[in-house]
Amino acid sequence: MKKFLIAMLTLLPGLAMAAGPTIPLDSADVDLHDKASLQRGAQLFMNYCMGCHSMQYQRYNRTFEDLGIPEDLGVKHLQFTGDKPGDLMRNSMSAESASAWFGTGAPDLTLVARVRGADWLYTYFRSFYVDESRPFGVNNAVFPNVGMPHVMQELQGVPSKTTERRMIDGEMQDVYVGIKSDGSGMLTADEYDQAMLDLTAFLVYTGEPMLLEQRRMGWFVFGFLLIFTIMAWFLKREFWRDVK
Amino acid sequence: MSNAPVDKGRRRFLTVATTVVGGAGAVGVAVPFIASWNPSAKAKNAGAPVEVNIGKAEPGQLIRVEWRGQPVWVVRRTPEMLEGLAAIEDDLRDPNSEQPQQPSYAQNRYRSIKEEYLVTVGICTHLGCSPQYLQDSFGEQVEGIPSGFFCPCHGSKFDIAGRVFSGVPAPYNLVVPPHYYIDDTTILIGEDGEQA
Amino acid sequence: MFKNFVAWMDERIPMTKTWNIHLAQYPAPKNFNMWYLFGVLAMLVLVNQIITGIWLTMNYVPSAEGAFASVEFIMRDVEFGWLLRYMHSTGASAFFVVVYLHMFRGMMYGSYQKPRELLWIFGMLIFLVLMAEAFMGYLLPWGQMSYWGAQVIISLFGAIPIIGDDLTLWIRGDYVISGATLNRFFALHVIALPLVLVILVFLHIVALHEVGSNNPDGIDIKKPKGSVPDSEKPKFEFHERFTKKKDIVDAIPFYPYYVVKDLVGIGIFLFFFCWVIFFNPAMGGFFLEPPNFEAANPLKTPEHIAPVWYFTPFYAILRAVPDKLFGVILMFGAIVFLFLLPWLDRGRVRSIRYRSNFHKINLTVFVISFIVLGYLGVKPATEVYTFFARVFTFLYFAFFGLLWFYSKNENTKPLPERLTK
Repeated sequence: MKKFLIAMLTLLPGLAMAAGPTIPLDSADVDLHDKASLQRGAQLFMNYCMGCHSMQYQRYNRTFEDLGIPEDLGVKHLQFTGDKPGDLMRNSMSAESASAWFGTGAPDLTLVARVRGADWLYTYFRSFYVDESRPFGVNNAVFPNVGMPHVMQELQGVPSKTTERRMIDGEMQDVYVGIKSDGSGMLTADEYDQAMLDLTAFLVYTGEPMLLEQRRMGWFVFGFLLIFTIMAWFLKREFWRDVK
Repeated sequence: MSNAPVDKGRRRFLTVATTVVGGAGAVGVAVPFIASWNPSAKAKNAGAPVEVNIGKAEPGQLIRVEWRGQPVWVVRRTPEMLEGLAAIEDDLRDPNSEQPQQPSYAQNRYRSIKEEYLVTVGICTHLGCSPQYLQDSFGEQVEGIPSGFFCPCHGSKFDIAGRVFSGVPAPYNLVVPPHYYIDDTTILIGEDGEQA
Repeated sequence: MFKNFVAWMDERIPMTKTWNIHLAQYPAPKNFNMWYLFGVLAMLVLVNQIITGIWLTMNYVPSAEGAFASVEFIMRDVEFGWLLRYMHSTGASAFFVVVYLHMFRGMMYGSYQKPRELLWIFGMLIFLVLMAEAFMGYLLPWGQMSYWGAQVIISLFGAIPIIGDDLTLWIRGDYVISGATLNRFFALHVIALPLVLVILVFLHIVALHEVGSNNPDGIDIKKPKGSVPDSEKPKFEFHERFTKKKDIVDAIPFYPYYVVKDLVGIGIFLFFFCWVIFFNPAMGGFFLEPPNFEAANPLKTPEHIAPVWYFTPFYAILRAVPDKLFGVILMFGAIVFLFLLPWLDRGRVRSIRYRSNFHKINLTVFVISFIVLGYLGVKPATEVYTFFARVFTFLYFAFFGLLWFYSKNENTKPLPERLTK
């Protein structure tokens, strides 16, 4: 019996490696305290994403306040619809026309970071590549057969997939190693990576706009619990002198 | 069991101290529950200040706008209406607007920033009905006064500056909300101007 | 003043009497260890669930169109709404953590054995209602996992011969899970089941206080009247209800001794609880699953559906069986056998401390099986996993069979006369 159990336990960790993403994800070093980064991310989102994707659970003025953007500046530079600052960040494309143009509605992105995770988003933004077989002429290494164009191509330039010939299991195979831009974009490769990190940070923020407040409160609660538990322990010890 | 005598003082101190700390914790836990009843971000934004364009108001006309879900009236008063205000003050409960029913900049006979325009919340101070604006038929309610507000619920009466008459159920004058003139033809309701 | 008030009340309702019988003069064995905390913690979590639940209904919209958005409204627009929601979602998982540990305690010290069979049955009913409550509550956020998880579980009833399909249709109230399903689940989740739960908890405690608590030694603290010399009796005063017919040894009043001890335990528990709420509310996707942040879409199934962690042991048993009906039967059987535990265990010695080594191994294997099945339940059903699921399903059920077999003539250690430390 015991031998069997040990055999099982040694097997289990290996089993945990079953399913995984198609390519390894790059880690997104998001800093929610970096308001400048979040502001740049917001700007990218409003300019490149919000034409099609809504952010319908988040309000403009909450975003401005949390990101330290004065409301009048925010309205002027980041709000392209006729909405009021207190409105939810819906977009002007209706679900019907989106279905007609892209075959499916563009999903709302308020919570996308909670669904996919920051690393996935960061890698996704940087994994578009030219693929003429697709309707929009691009594909994505993280999201195969993605149903959207590479809207930030003007920033990145035209990206193509790079592979390397490597020996795997005794056979030469083409292995995906990354994306390389032709350099025609407005940003250098490093600048593009930084911009995509900013965008990822913004989406992480909109997924959980309360996150910083939540953690700050958590420390106060811990402080209280520490005091309470110590007091309760002394009280217990005092009363239990009767029992011992 | 130990035979050592119980230190009653120490025991009482620890009991009280733990109770106090625990009580503070209970109060702390109650805070989010209580605070969650405050107006939500949605309600606050829906209750944001509203702009009213008064450029096209005829003399004597009442413009109704919604602010925080309440009717707010903007009445462009005629010179006759304004002249009549002084004569009836003996019949009013609070002719000089001493009750804090208005911002300080509207604490005058006209209860307004500009004499011509009355801005008031159209909710009776008695039990919350919305009174009627009787432009020329108020004489039926108070003899000799052509215009005013009459609340059909319990018969409260207000003059054309929203001041309550004596002898009616409503205790106070109508509320003047915070407001200011953005320009000559636009009023912002819901915020005090910078001059205030 | 206070004395007069108490006297006035006592003439009209048994206030002081209840306090004395159930707390101040209630004899509790003096050797409770940390395993005896989880009952009180379950109570604490129940209160948390009821209060935060009431507060969540104040802003939640029970409709297919409004549910998902209203949860995000609570998370963003309601002051401290995120805290109320995280307290509730964390509480759901915490409930199962403490209840599973509470049940394990009962198994370890034989707390289900005579005369506590009914107490155990009430507890199992609580567990059953709790699972229904949690399942229905999980549909309410109307995310992808809510929707498809409910879809899978409701479809289980389709395995019942003849009436299966009609039954699933009746449960859903529609051809797919829809607003109709959501509304009835909402009504049951916020009113019906909590009411049943509270009544069952009340009965659980009434039954406990009638027979008295078991303890880690599993021996009685109530001795025949007159068999204990006065010098051996505890110096505490117990209610005559307990002392009239029996002599009580090695006991202390629940209040204040266990109350102050439980306070320490509650403080430590809250550290873990609050750590999740404030620093890791999704708990790595186990308490709040990532696909559930996407609104329910009846046309698109998430790549991988797993129930919330507290159902996964039973889910793994279900998947381990290649036949749908038999799988469902086995899954419910896993719970039915727990119900029958007081009669499957034919032994007279309660506590694991004095039972045979074989029993110790048997119980350990059972616990390991339960945990491994829970782990396998969140994993995709590959061939290897299914093989392991079958092995551990067998071991899970083997526990009950073996117990029935060996407990009749078990090689136990001699019991002490009195409680040990």
